[in-house]
Amino acid sequence: MNKIFLVASREFKTRVQKKTFLLSTIGLPILIFGFYALMIYFQVKTTDNFKVAVSDQSKLFNGKIDDKKSTEVIFSFMDADTTALNKKLIDGAFDAYLFIPNGYNLQSGEPQISFRSSKALGLMTRDKIEDRINNALEEKKLLALNISKGQLDSARLENNAIAFTTNDGKKNNETKVGISYVVGMIAGFLIYIILFVYGTMVMRGVMEEKVSRIAEVIVSSVKPFELMLGKIFGIGAVGLIQFIIWMVLVFGLQFLIPVIFPDVAAQMQSAPIQPGAMGAVNVAKESGALQGIMAGLAEINFTLIIGCFVFYFLGGYFMYAALFAAVGSAVNEDPQDAQSLLLPIMMPIIFAMVIMTKAVNDPNSTLAIFGSLFPLTSPIVMMARVAHGVPDGVTVVQLIASMALLVLGFLGTTWVAAKIYRTGILMYGKKVTWKEMWKWAFKNN
Amino acid sequence: MHNILELKNLQKQYATQKAVDDVSFSIEQGSIFGLLGPNGAGKTTLLRMITGIFYPDSGDLLFDGKPFDPQNDFVHIGYMPEERGLYKKMKIGEQAMYLAQLKGLSKSEALEKIKFWFKKFEMESWWNKKVEDLSKGMSQKLQFVTTVLHEPKLIILDEPFSGLDPLNANLIKDEIYGLAQRGSTIIFSTHRMEQVEEICDHIILMNLGKKILDGTVTDVKQQFKENKFNVQFKGQPTELASPIFTIEHQEKQQLIVKINEGYNSNHVLNYLLQQDVLIERFNEILPSLNDIFIHLVEGSKATTRAFQNN
Repeated sequence: MNKIFLVASREFKTRVQKKTFLLSTIGLPILIFGFYALMIYFQVKTTDNFKVAVSDQSKLFNGKIDDKKSTEVIFSFMDADTTALNKKLIDGAFDAYLFIPNGYNLQSGEPQISFRSSKALGLMTRDKIEDRINNALEEKKLLALNISKGQLDSARLENNAIAFTTNDGKKNNETKVGISYVVGMIAGFLIYIILFVYGTMVMRGVMEEKVSRIAEVIVSSVKPFELMLGKIFGIGAVGLIQFIIWMVLVFGLQFLIPVIFPDVAAQMQSAPIQPGAMGAVNVAKESGALQGIMAGLAEINFTLIIGCFVFYFLGGYFMYAALFAAVGSAVNEDPQDAQSLLLPIMMPIIFAMVIMTKAVNDPNSTLAIFGSLFPLTSPIVMMARVAHGVPDGVTVVQLIASMALLVLGFLGTTWVAAKIYRTGILMYGKKVTWKEMWKWAFKNN
Repeated sequence: MHNILELKNLQKQYATQKAVDDVSFSIEQGSIFGLLGPNGAGKTTLLRMITGIFYPDSGDLLFDGKPFDPQNDFVHIGYMPEERGLYKKMKIGEQAMYLAQLKGLSKSEALEKIKFWFKKFEMESWWNKKVEDLSKGMSQKLQFVTTVLHEPKLIILDEPFSGLDPLNANLIKDEIYGLAQRGSTIIFSTHRMEQVEEICDHIILMNLGKKILDGTVTDVKQQFKENKFNVQFKGQPTELASPIFTIEHQEKQQLIVKINEGYNSNHVLNYLLQQDVLIERFNEILPSLNDIFIHLVEGSKATTRAFQNN
């Protein structure tokens, strides 16, 4: 046990002390965040203080487009004809002008309103201006028909006009199902990535030991099984730490956005296209569904999901890491060899991913149940079902059975992998086939 | 003297062939033992069984008088395999610490011993260097240090001098003698016969998985001597034909003779003295281990087997 710990701590330390670890663990999220922040920044800032002169010849707006107090686009009214406006535009008194010709007819839209700017407008700016003017025009039109904005809003059907329920009398909350879908998808996808990234890391670690010819030196003091387990534990710890740092950074930086750009959050409400989660929240706020999402989130059992995530993350990782280690031990210097040996290991992972995308939609289908019980696919598929909750997505019995099978699967693959590994790490200069690996695993030697 | 290691009828079978076939021998404590044999003779397999990496199919292995228990006896063994390496990206000091701790040393013990050896081999400045910055000879020295660091009772060195310059080879050689004097036993596996002749007390020769020769270097040479003598003289011999010997090689002032059955070197000397020449030198030509090796191994299927083994 002590030796497994020694091996694991070496694996852990050498990886964590590497510059690439710092770079990928801390640098990457910061880079993504920076990119994200820049995108928002430019999106919001491009239209800062864009001055539009409005010449309202038919007195349509009475000196006011709308009630918005925005610094992006500033409308200022003036009485001038197009020639004068053109001259001022060239002089740079404003960035653009809006000309509403005399005798403008709201219903027919004739003669056409014209908008002229000194430079071609960016897509976002154009959208914003168009949006505000159109909204203002729409309101004027409705007023002409004697309908107020309030009347129109109340006429629109809310989402919960129909009550969906299931046989057991539970409310079938659409928002909750939607959120479960997203949560299940994200969790399953994360485990998929983890299996690949850290599994490959284990494989490369084993290959390194073999290529640098240190394996035989080490196994004269450590049993190959201990060496393999130490490596798997050490890299697993790296993965866990890296993952926690990522999570903390991602969430921490999300909250930083409004701090760094105080005006961004406020301005984003008026932005027609918003990226990411903040956009979704804003959209929800506008449509009044925020409460729904909040209620949906509250209904999701995050303790269960996070608990299961950690279990399936570790279980799946341990099971596959042993297989990756076995492949690494069988490969010689040529990384090309690894490709063909890896295929049978990657197949079930990819297969699991396919089942998972089905399972998030229909957590109780036969395929989903099978996928969430079969240990090679369960780490990914079960996350999709767990996101729908117990017992809606998965029954307690199935969950326990799946966990038990995963533990058995982990013990099984580790046992097989250890036998391949033991022979493989001391074998040089020979291209190994699956047939031979099978013999190493199941023939006593 | 007591035996540190005893092998009794050790066997190890691979899928297609017997890698080690009924090998028995014993090694005295404090001796330097040479394990010889062509490629594919089964040396590495044998060594892996002695180090506990492989388990023998049958036979007994006694370490220090007791049945070999790899789980506990590994601390008394230091193994430098032929296929050896180091973690390239690791710092040298950390690497030595790691390997020492794997051999069961505590952190403080490990540090103390590493410092001692690094000082001895003038490697102190290497501590924070990475292995990839070392030359082959330098990393060889580091490997030797990590092999003997924990003061093992049994040190196994597989081709320890490959890649070392004569200066460093001598340094290691002196260390090997020193370790043997302090009571460590050394198994030395190589196919460089001149080194074996120089260093080893006792050798065994393996071929095709079997032990084909076992004895001290002197005994083995005696066993394979062909009664050849080198004679150097001054003057002109009157006659050089006698039933006592056959001339193998003749130069103006030198003869190589092979003594015939029933005679000994004194007969030859007596005969030569009567030939009115001044004998300057008279010595027996013993076969080199190299000759014995080639003589014994040549003609066997050793080469083909070496290929099958890989």
